[in-house]
Amino acid sequence: MITVYVSRDSAAISLGADEVAVAIAAEAARQGVAIKLIRNSSRGLFWLEPLVEVATDAGRIGYGPVQAEDVASLFAVGLGNAHPLCLGLVEELPYLKTQERLTFARAGITDPVSLDDYLAHDGYKGLKNALAMEPAAIIAAVTDSGLRGRGGAAFPAGIKWKTVLGAEGAQKYIVCNGDEGDSGTYADRMVCEGDPYLLIEGMTIAGIAVGATRGYIYLRCEYPYGERALNEAIAAAYANNWLGANIQGSGKHFDLEVRMGAGAYICGEETALLESLEGKRGMVRFKPPLPAIKGLFGCPTVINNVITLASVPVILDKGAAFYKDFGTGRSRGTLPVQLAGNIKFGGLVEKAFGVSLRDLLHTYGGGTLSGRPIRAVQVGGPLGSYIPESQFDLPLDYEAYAKLNNMVGHGGITVFDDTVDMAEQARFSMEFCATESCGKCTPCRIGSTRGMEVIDRLVAGDQPVKQEALLRDLCDTMLAGSLCALGGMAPFPVLSALNHFPDDFRPRATPA
Amino acid sequence: MSTSTFERKPPIKLAELSSLSPADIATINGVLARLKELPGALLPILHGIQDALGYVPKDAVPIVAKSLNLSRAEVHGVVSFYHWYRTEKPGEHVIHLCRAEACQAVGGRALETHVKTRLGIDFHETTADGRYTLEPAYCLGNCAVGPSLLIDMQLRGRVTSARFDRLIGVSA
Ligand SMILES: Cc1cc2nc3c(=O)[nH]c(=O)nc-3n(C[C@H](O)[C@H](O)[C@H](O)COP(=O)(O)O)c2cc1C
Ligand code: SF4
Ligand code: FES
Repeated sequence: MITVYVSRDSAAISLGADEVAVAIAAEAARQGVAIKLIRNSSRGLFWLEPLVEVATDAGRIGYGPVQAEDVASLFAVGLGNAHPLCLGLVEELPYLKTQERLTFARAGITDPVSLDDYLAHDGYKGLKNALAMEPAAIIAAVTDSGLRGRGGAAFPAGIKWKTVLGAEGAQKYIVCNGDEGDSGTYADRMVCEGDPYLLIEGMTIAGIAVGATRGYIYLRCEYPYGERALNEAIAAAYANNWLGANIQGSGKHFDLEVRMGAGAYICGEETALLESLEGKRGMVRFKPPLPAIKGLFGCPTVINNVITLASVPVILDKGAAFYKDFGTGRSRGTLPVQLAGNIKFGGLVEKAFGVSLRDLLHTYGGGTLSGRPIRAVQVGGPLGSYIPESQFDLPLDYEAYAKLNNMVGHGGITVFDDTVDMAEQARFSMEFCATESCGKCTPCRIGSTRGMEVIDRLVAGDQPVKQEALLRDLCDTMLAGSLCALGGMAPFPVLSALNHFPDDFRPRATPA
Repeated sequence: MSTSTFERKPPIKLAELSSLSPADIATINGVLARLKELPGALLPILHGIQDALGYVPKDAVPIVAKSLNLSRAEVHGVVSFYHWYRTEKPGEHVIHLCRAEACQAVGGRALETHVKTRLGIDFHETTADGRYTLEPAYCLGNCAVGPSLLIDMQLRGRVTSARFDRLIGVSA
């Protein structure tokens, strides 16, 4: 019996993994070869997907990218043998071998919805430890690990939890922010689809730590594959007493449910998300009160990003010091960086903080997909600055980025080659802000539309000096007069484009 | 407990005024019966209706409002706030095309132009033959292998113009 792995990750499926899996099953049947086909999570080496792995005594041998029509030839040489698509031992690939995978330790290894697989690969060790600890000790471990929110604002997770533990309330909630609206990011998606028990475990630990018995995962509706995997895993966790009443005989109770978003970027903002969970329009709330004091349905609520919560089990399993040992300055642990856009080797790179952008773009990313020079990279999603080559030695570190008005955010890195038109990108930032504004603040709602018009006139050469001054003015108004970071940070990509790439904003030569 | 014939009546009287078929109304009532007790039930209910009917018909709004004890304006406000909900019946296939930055970086804008030209429609529109509805999306989490789209909620990556034509069964 030969064990063969083909990923069920949606990115792999988007490139033909389902067709490959079908072809493998059919070819095996036709040739009478006994195989066990496992639909695993993805390693996150997306340029190699669909990646087919074959278990051998030496380890898993990879082939990729495989298309359905390649399958017959894989069988012809014999599964596990040399073939033009053979990559050798997958875990020896430098891209993977040099990573520090703590949160993504199981990526590509396990069957996402198999609880047995999860348990056999260190799953639920963190929760088992947590069940034997006092709530305050769990929170101290999270605080000591240095873990900061991975959703964008980088707020220390332990401090947030402590506030909720100390808050009065008969009912408390754990809410997972799985809205992952930032372009260039997919780490949350990979956890939901590829390691759903990890998120369930992290949320359960959070619930026990702060005294919350109910949790919600707010998942964007653009992630139907994640929804299915999470619901399958939640059902299995209930069936095996990892959720519900008296978890594993501990006397602790935690209920968990998935709720789907409805295509509004602003619902990634924590207070808008809570409004949405309550069944309302996603309007941003004024703070205070903080969600930790008055959150979902007015109750004390921990709201954390998927990766924040998914980083908790390893901290409780291996200890705060183990986690804190990775990283630099006040940025501790690892960050799953997501290489996106025009990049040759696009994928997930989990590294300790401190790695340089240049390393990520070249050593890992291999430069652009088009083979042309990199001109700009947008880090941290649609509200992140466009970073020019001159800043590529910047170490990945929250403070180092903030110093230059850049943002680590959720760790998405979107690469553009030298054919990019930065005025067009700046205009898109304004357009996106206009489309997604919740409408509460005038600078965000109206200013963004004005911003598009001003950029149009600027590149048309209509009084350019005046238009540029107007654009900068508008950006200042948005920066100062917005309740949340949508209006308050949309100026960053615009201004960075204008400052680093001024030529793109000059009037266009009219075609002869 | 027995029900007398006297008590037997359609669940919602409004049905008479609405454009909904009895089957649609039964579907909506089924979704309501299943989900209305959830805390914050409105979004799950609207998803349930759209998943079953393909859209949230305007005439569903008063039925949902009544069942949840909300005003029609509140329900309408929610339906119109969220880009995902549509109030017109879609075509046979719904395409969500990613417009966001990582897809732009690998030819997303050119693909968008091609798709609109090929289908002869803009975003939020349905082809005259009722085959396709085109919607914009802002990231599908497939940013390493774009440009990307969802067709009937199936994800496709590295979509070139030619691949798009094959997807919709047109040979260029
Ligand atoms: C416009 C806007 C969009 C946001 N989108 C997301 C998102 O998609 N996912 C996320 O985790 N946080 C997002 N955030 C940040 C959240 O408001 C909040 O800081 C986060 O959920 C807290 O969790 P963390 O501390 O674990 O990061 C967004 C913030 C703003 C202002
Ligand atoms: S900045 Fe924009 S999105 Fe944020 S609260 Fe104000 S109007 Fe809403
Ligand atoms: S930007 Fe298109 S899938 Fe993320």
